Amino acid sequence: MNPNLPNSFRTGPDERGHFGNFGGRFVAETLMPLILDLEKAYAAAKADPSFQAEMNGYLKDYVGRPSPLYFAERLTEHLGGAKIYLKREELNHTGSHKVNNVLGQIMVARRMGKKRIIAETGAGQHGVATATLCARFGLECVVYMGAVDVARQAPNVFRMEMLGAKVVPVQSGTRTLKDAMNEALRDWVTNVHNTFYCIGTVAGPHPYPMMVRDFQSVIGDETRKQMMEAEGRLPDSLIACIGGGSNAMGLFHPFLDDPSVEIFGVEAAGHGLTQLHAASIAGGRPGVLHGNRTYLLMDADGQIQDAHSISAGLDYPGIGPEHSWLHETGRVTYLSATDDEALAAFMLLSRLEGIPPALESAHAIAKVTELAPKRPKDHLMVVNLSGRGDKDIPQITEILKGKKQ
Amino acid sequence: MTTRIDARFAELKKEGRSAFVTFLMAGDPDPATSLDIIKALPKAGADIIEIGMPFTDPMADGPSIQAAGLRALKAGMTLKKTLEMVRGFRKDDNTTPLVLMGYYNPIYIYGVDKFLADAKTAGVDGLILVDLPPEEDDELCIPALKAGLNFIRLATPTTDDKRLPAVLANTSGFVYYVSITGITGAAAADSTVVGDAVARIKRHTKLPVCVGFGIRTPQAARAIAEKANGAVVGTALVDALRDSLDTKGQATTKTVAAVADLVASLAQGVRGAKQAAE
Ligand SMILES: Cc1ncc(COP(=O)(O)O)c(C=O)c1O
Repeated sequence: MNPNLPNSFRTGPDERGHFGNFGGRFVAETLMPLILDLEKAYAAAKADPSFQAEMNGYLKDYVGRPSPLYFAERLTEHLGGAKIYLKREELNHTGSHKVNNVLGQIMVARRMGKKRIIAETGAGQHGVATATLCARFGLECVVYMGAVDVARQAPNVFRMEMLGAKVVPVQSGTRTLKDAMNEALRDWVTNVHNTFYCIGTVAGPHPYPMMVRDFQSVIGDETRKQMMEAEGRLPDSLIACIGGGSNAMGLFHPFLDDPSVEIFGVEAAGHGLTQLHAASIAGGRPGVLHGNRTYLLMDADGQIQDAHSISAGLDYPGIGPEHSWLHETGRVTYLSATDDEALAAFMLLSRLEGIPPALESAHAIAKVTELAPKRPKDHLMVVNLSGRGDKDIPQITEILKGKKQ
Repeated sequence: MTTRIDARFAELKKEGRSAFVTFLMAGDPDPATSLDIIKALPKAGADIIEIGMPFTDPMADGPSIQAAGLRALKAGMTLKKTLEMVRGFRKDDNTTPLVLMGYYNPIYIYGVDKFLADAKTAGVDGLILVDLPPEEDDELCIPALKAGLNFIRLATPTTDDKRLPAVLANTSGFVYYVSITGITGAAAADSTVVGDAVARIKRHTKLPVCVGFGIRTPQAARAIAEKANGAVVGTALVDALRDSLDTKGQATTKTVAAVADLVASLAQGVRGAKQAAE
């Protein structure tokens, strides 16, 4: 651990958007005035009780919160160690945690008078959530998605279009999430006057990493309360998958100052850490991309490298800046799971609990199968089930067909 | 301290005309051809040369410049080789100002202090970093100024009068006014609108103001040069370069001339303009 540990892990970022050495606002001048406006608008919203009240109303009746904290009895028995609870974010409307953040951002966009919303998406879950809330509030919606992801997440593309969004397949670069984010930034630079950029994770220029974390913290706040009700004490460990890190940040943040709580983030190790993967902390180093300084996958010349994961939602060569800071302070331990481990975890949870997890969430489950057996039976472990696996069933069917042959 | 950029604008002022600023990507389509092209630019009429530092994720660039960067990277271009290219250019030209333009990450990875020292000795005069707004001046701008390099800032239509002083505070060499909100290679801005914007910026600074984004023809270059201290052309040159390549994307015997000829005709346009009134 870092010898200069802060008194609190929950006070960041500073006024310039820094978490330690990470974060910041590395964007084109065209966007700066808008980002400063957004910072002001979000600060005002946060301080306005009517904003919170309105959000709480939609969270309850539209999103379906609180999401249950479910004791996974069969998985617990199977692994023979820690008592495993699933935080059921997959039961939210639209099928993942993404909706928590999108609701918050769309409410801010409405306060700012923006009529056009753009978003980037990998797995399509953030795109679906954005398209859904744009439909609900009558806003124009454009979603950028890498052409490769358009092909592997067909059900979500169809769903976004059905909701009235325009899905733009991005043909540049690696044609995945990072390129979708570049393209969304280009759109934003071009249409800055009427457009709100709804970022899907705890990354990007300040105030996005903070704002998205705040909106996702509902996950950890509920978990805290629910665990107190179920067990009368705090959980002993938390675990969540990391793409950019928003579902993880949402679960972790309310517990960062509870030293008894062990915290694990799980990156995508793809084909393995020495091959193609998407584990920015395990296989990357600090650099500057997409508006923030954070751990990135890159070559010796500072060129960004291709990420790979079986799951489109984790296939990003970076991670949110607050995670980079939590890694360097040692507060959170970052692990990784391979494509194969995630697939096995997908099957395991489906068979044991009747809950097919999103391939993203399956990465977290994969590490639970390693950590839980080593913990005592009174150890309380919470894993964030960030999304449901319906969207991945066509892809998994293909893979299983391939394996049989 | 007078830099090559300051000296060039002082000369142009004596001549009573605006600057023609060219942009090309370092290493496009390959390092050797790229050096031949930039060597040909001053004779063809470029007053100031901007060289792009290729980056995988150029967030504020359009398809043409993005493709140019990828061509260069594929041909093995790196930041180190970009500085070597500048050294190669300086062997025969010690007066034409050279400005590097790009994104921060390759410089951050190279190491800021080492980069500034190497850039200075290679013969770089100024830097334009798309993703370093004044809010991040501690990163590179302040160290660059200390190292004796100009730091040229972008001002845009969204930079209002309230924000301009912050944008101009640590700017030197010239101000680069981006005439549209958008990416490189997009439609050109109306020269009347640009004239008003330049006048607005000049109320805040004595620095020359050059205008870029969307200028493709000698006529457009002339119209802008009448309103500003310089006209910047990038995408049109990059497109001319691309159109000269063979089907595999390799340079041909036409490549250097294709760029130089377009530079010559655009320079004619700029030289036909009267210098903007001070
Ligand atoms: C279900 C699910 N989980 C996790 C992620 C990863 O994102 P984050 O790390 O921001 O939670 C995604 C992204 O698309 C997702 O759809």
